[in-house]
Amino acid sequence: MTTTITLTDGSTEDAPVPAEKRDDSSPLLDIKDLRISFTTATGTVEAVRGVDLTVYPGQSVAIVGESGSGKSTTAHAIIDLLPGTGKVTGGSITFGGRELVGLKRREVEDLRGREIGLVPQDPMSNLNPVWRIGTQIDEALVANGFQGSKAERTARVAELLGEAGLPDAARRARQFPHEFSGGMRQRALIAIGLASRPKLLIADEPTSALDVTVQKKILDHLEGLTAELGTAVLFITHDLGLAAERAEHLVVMYKGKVVESGPALQILKDPQHEYTKRLVASAPSLASRRIQSAHARGTEAEDLLAEHADESATAAPDVVVAKDLTKVFHIRGSRPGAHTDFTAVDSIDFALPKGRTLALVGESGSGKSTAANMVLGLLEPTSGTVQFDGKDVATMSAKEQFALRRRVQPVFQNPYGSLDPTYSIFRSIEEPLALHRVGDRKSREKRVRELLDMVSLPQATMRRFPNELSGGQRQRIAIARALALKPEVLVLDEAVSALDVLVQAQILTLLNDLQAELGLSFLFITHDLAVVRQIADLVAVMKDGRIVEHATTDEVFDNPQQEYTRDLLAAIPGASLEIGA
Amino acid sequence: MPENRYEKAPRPGQGHYVAAPEDVKVGVVDAVSTDEAPSSMWREAWREMSHRPLFWVSVAMILVVIVVALVPGLFTSQLPRQGCSLANSLLPPSGEHFFGTDKNGCDIYTRTLFGAKASVLVGLLTTAFVVVIGTVIGAVAGYYGGWLDTILSRLTDIFFAVPFVLAAIVILSIVPSRSALAVALVLASFGWTTIARITRGAVLSVKNNEFVTASKALGMSRAAILWRHVLPNSAAPIIVYSTVALGTFIVAEATLTFLGIGLDPSTVSWGGDLSAGRSSIRTNAEIMFYPAAALAFTVLGFIMLGDVVRDALDPKARKR
Repeated sequence: MTTTITLTDGSTEDAPVPAEKRDDSSPLLDIKDLRISFTTATGTVEAVRGVDLTVYPGQSVAIVGESGSGKSTTAHAIIDLLPGTGKVTGGSITFGGRELVGLKRREVEDLRGREIGLVPQDPMSNLNPVWRIGTQIDEALVANGFQGSKAERTARVAELLGEAGLPDAARRARQFPHEFSGGMRQRALIAIGLASRPKLLIADEPTSALDVTVQKKILDHLEGLTAELGTAVLFITHDLGLAAERAEHLVVMYKGKVVESGPALQILKDPQHEYTKRLVASAPSLASRRIQSAHARGTEAEDLLAEHADESATAAPDVVVAKDLTKVFHIRGSRPGAHTDFTAVDSIDFALPKGRTLALVGESGSGKSTAANMVLGLLEPTSGTVQFDGKDVATMSAKEQFALRRRVQPVFQNPYGSLDPTYSIFRSIEEPLALHRVGDRKSREKRVRELLDMVSLPQATMRRFPNELSGGQRQRIAIARALALKPEVLVLDEAVSALDVLVQAQILTLLNDLQAELGLSFLFITHDLAVVRQIADLVAVMKDGRIVEHATTDEVFDNPQQEYTRDLLAAIPGASLEIGA
Repeated sequence: MPENRYEKAPRPGQGHYVAAPEDVKVGVVDAVSTDEAPSSMWREAWREMSHRPLFWVSVAMILVVIVVALVPGLFTSQLPRQGCSLANSLLPPSGEHFFGTDKNGCDIYTRTLFGAKASVLVGLLTTAFVVVIGTVIGAVAGYYGGWLDTILSRLTDIFFAVPFVLAAIVILSIVPSRSALAVALVLASFGWTTIARITRGAVLSVKNNEFVTASKALGMSRAAILWRHVLPNSAAPIIVYSTVALGTFIVAEATLTFLGIGLDPSTVSWGGDLSAGRSSIRTNAEIMFYPAAALAFTVLGFIMLGDVVRDALDPKARKR
């Protein structure tokens, strides 16, 4: 990488400056030409290739990038927490004027927590399940040299938890992690990260495992708290909208390099590098924001919206109709016979018109996937009906139901779990044809080639195995497989949620094209309202097993009727950004 | 959120920086490599194994043992009981008797070669039985769940709780013939529990995969899904365990035969020869050395192979 402007400022700082004399004008963290390599069986892989990064005291900076871009690796190198064989092979990391590369283990340990705090990514696995929450925060206090009696520490722990936004903190401190929800755990982790008032807090995808409304609350709280304490925050995130909303300075990474960095708004409004341009164009949170502002001005953002064959969304006949659909699960109790009932889906009604997309939106536990599984015939409804072309599925004979399988096919979320790793791509796509005895071997091979063309993959892909393909490619194969029997309805259960934004955008475009070409109807299950804006004609918002709002996408976005829908909309990262242009 | 945050002029080091386009090339998003040969999970495992010297060493060891077991006559012109004469009792190694002779004056080299057959036969048969019984019980229990799982898992626990050697002694003392098949059946009837547990665990972890759900949505029957999708994906831990288990079953057979309750004394076997050599351990310990070394050589081969196979099939050990 070539020189940057950083040199004019950073290079003059050779001697450590006492903390009290430092002011806001010299960088707190200055990374220069950082290089990190991993040793693997096949040789050395350079994961970070010359990264420059500057953070000033009290500032918030975000590193944005897709998986494998080296963003987390860069952040972890700061506190010497590189996994496995990772090693800093070049460059420097200066923190408060002190060089961190090559520090002794003891010195780094003194720095961790005390000077630099970390909020890790996964709230589920980063708390020790056998210890009380309070004990774990107390441990952080002791490790970072908190002086005080046991009683003082207990009081401090409660204070920290309260500060992180947990009500009734003293009682909560005595609870175990499994008694906490994901959002509460993340708050506890924030309390640990900020326990010793570090100057810098590294937040590694702090909320990507949480529901959007919880994410917004926690980020709002974190923002207020760090502003109050004067803590600088380094965000690591894949979401450009979130980064731009929460940080003033952005660093966009791609394949271990910084492709673009600068003031957040400038990057959003005027991206220069090819990759950043694509990212800005694809990020669902930003795209939905643009569609919305274009819509508000009375125009349509043609390039971003799904192709609507005609505007009369209600004119098309309904393919799938769910009436009063209910599913009750029996939760097994501690002794036989002692079970409780849990109503996952509570008498919902929805209709999917032919050739349209209906999005079932909801947070985790809202019952959206349960509803999808009933449409797929994988779960038996407790009461209510699913009608297909006006015919109740439950009253069909086994033979009719088997024939129905051809007309409704699923695509699932996890691109690593949706294909059998022991099957070649050809066998995976051919399986539905063989099972339903469609054609002979030769015609089936022709169909597989056709399907691969349809999802824009080279025909040679059919001789490969899933482990050779990327997440996006596997999802394309899963779509091809689902399309093999020429179904009329695809149930897309979080089908793009696990993909990087650029790939996600490609798959959404592919789905739009396929819908226009084949007249498919999509039941689109998602937690992400931002994606809904791009693909759906109709939206049903689910909460606690019920549909709270069911209307066209425009209506839901323009004129949400329910408080909950408004919360969801406000929680889309970047919602507050003015990027209508 | 402070309104003026974005208005501030960038600080030193935070100006707008753009990498040169040629510095970071943005390729076509998600291109498929079409040049390399396709590679399945098994092919990759093979590639991984074939680069390990330990793999070839263990395969060579096992091949030697198998060839000896099949055609011991290739390596010796004698038969194990031929030429046994008390006059030749306890001769030291010589050109005629490479390893010397035992108490009965039989050639130890020949007997060691001929002993391989019994051990290998019992090992292979037991492993085959164990894999069949254990896989079926474990797969059915794990896949169908519910009361079937409860019954089969308790059954596994009961068999697991029976002291192995004790049960083998009791049963082998009442069976009419102690042939290799009989010994293998007895070993297998108490040795299948671990494989059943491994299979059940593997099936449980595979059956919730989305490709299984997708097959259900296609209308595939449960038995077909178990056979075509779940079992092939559960095979790796079963293969790894059975390779190692083969070695341990050979040891178990030798142990039982040494105790006098394994194979018939008329069958030439390492366990039997060890037992016979026991009486002269104070004076001629080397008599026991040769069958013991052959036994250790065989078992080591299988255990080392199991190690390599595990490394190759364990997805965590493999780099993506």
